[in-house]
Amino acid sequence: MNASAPELPAPIGLLAELTHRCPLRCPYCSNPLELDKRSGELDTATWRRVLSEAAALGVLHLHLSGGEPTIRTDIVEITAHCARTGLYSNLITSGVGGALEKLDALADAGLDHVQLSFQAADAANAERIGGFANAQAQKTAFAGRVTALGLPLTINAVIHRGNIGEVDRIIDLAVALGARRLEIAHTQYYGWASMNRAALMPTKADVDRSIQIVEAARKALEGRLQIDLVVPDYYATYPKACAGGWGRRLINVTPSGRVLPCHAAETIPGLEFWSVRDRTLADIWTSSPAFMAYRGTDWMLEPCRSCDRKERDWGGCRCQALALTGDASATDPVCVYSPHHARIKALAAAEASVNAAGSYVYRSFSLGDRPASAASPAGGVS
Amino acid sequence: MREVLRLDDVLRLPRGVRLRFDEVRVTHVLLAPERTFDLDAVAADVLSFVDGIRSVDDIVAALSEKYLEDRAVIEHDVIGLLDELCRKRVLDR
Repeated sequence: MNASAPELPAPIGLLAELTHRCPLRCPYCSNPLELDKRSGELDTATWRRVLSEAAALGVLHLHLSGGEPTIRTDIVEITAHCARTGLYSNLITSGVGGALEKLDALADAGLDHVQLSFQAADAANAERIGGFANAQAQKTAFAGRVTALGLPLTINAVIHRGNIGEVDRIIDLAVALGARRLEIAHTQYYGWASMNRAALMPTKADVDRSIQIVEAARKALEGRLQIDLVVPDYYATYPKACAGGWGRRLINVTPSGRVLPCHAAETIPGLEFWSVRDRTLADIWTSSPAFMAYRGTDWMLEPCRSCDRKERDWGGCRCQALALTGDASATDPVCVYSPHHARIKALAAAEASVNAAGSYVYRSFSLGDRPASAASPAGGVS
Repeated sequence: MREVLRLDDVLRLPRGVRLRFDEVRVTHVLLAPERTFDLDAVAADVLSFVDGIRSVDDIVAALSEKYLEDRAVIEHDVIGLLDELCRKRVLDR
């Protein structure tokens, strides 16, 4: 298949980054380093139009994300519009701040599913990682209300050196909270996580142990808790199909309306992103230069071009290729066939071997903001 | 460990799991948290009988009548599909 193939598949999911505002300051946040300001956010009417266009285009799952999506004053109306258009609405939330107050109204509006983040099972550790006091109690109360309302609950835990020793406790926590699903998602190193990589990277031994714990729990909890595992790709042999392949399954809309093939795509220089302010979603999906750039296989270089895995992993992640090799068209260096593979493995091992608790650059609207409380007594990792 | 599905189990689609016709792809789909199951016409029919009232046995009987097939022919496949969806926490019993 190539970019001009007539049988372009319809997108299956749309990640709506409704706002970049968030009470938490997680050092692995997937939002870009340069966050959209509130003044630039799309208004309610535009989101309604985007959702209607998404449903008509074939989108089935609508992920209401951010930032913290419940900060938007129109989150209930946006959720109701998902229900009106048949979109399956998934609220991706931190569960803190005003989230609990809005939850009943969201359920009444037809919300289908809640994905709630936990930074760790241990409250003090979780609050250190998220940079937000009293988060754990708020999250626990939020989870309780989700299940009381009969909504399905997924717990999402991003795993890194600061919490990899708690994977078993996170699984227990998900069971105790009545979750039906748990995502154990090892950190993907883009944006804020890339900046904090040396403080976040776990050792290979810890990664292997965490995977064994998940595999044992999957068997023990089958039929009670579905556990999805996102493995850390620096230690992998083959790359993941980023977003299911560039421009194949997913659409990401930023708070200000730019439409991206994946949430990190703006890190690639020279790509032209179109905005929902100027064009329809269908026009952007089929013709936007950013979506065309790495769609299909025509853009691939060797070793991808002649590889029999090229339509399985679609060359891996373009943003990671850029970040680690300087060339967004290169094979994702996570791949064993990349000439950079050995260097990436060595880099991960070297960063993970620094035996210090994380000293994080916390996510913030101003990169200059490095709170003193972020520094760990165990000493920084430079 | 989980018990396998029994004929007298009563199944239902929990909140957060929806059966829908996808007009763009012209197929029935089962929408669940973070996943979509493409259903062929038979699987969609099986799920259309999951209503929180009928038992697995009733569902097999209804399908047997609808497809004019001996229930012994279809029972194994029907239970296999329903059991798989229970295992994935997409159906509740």
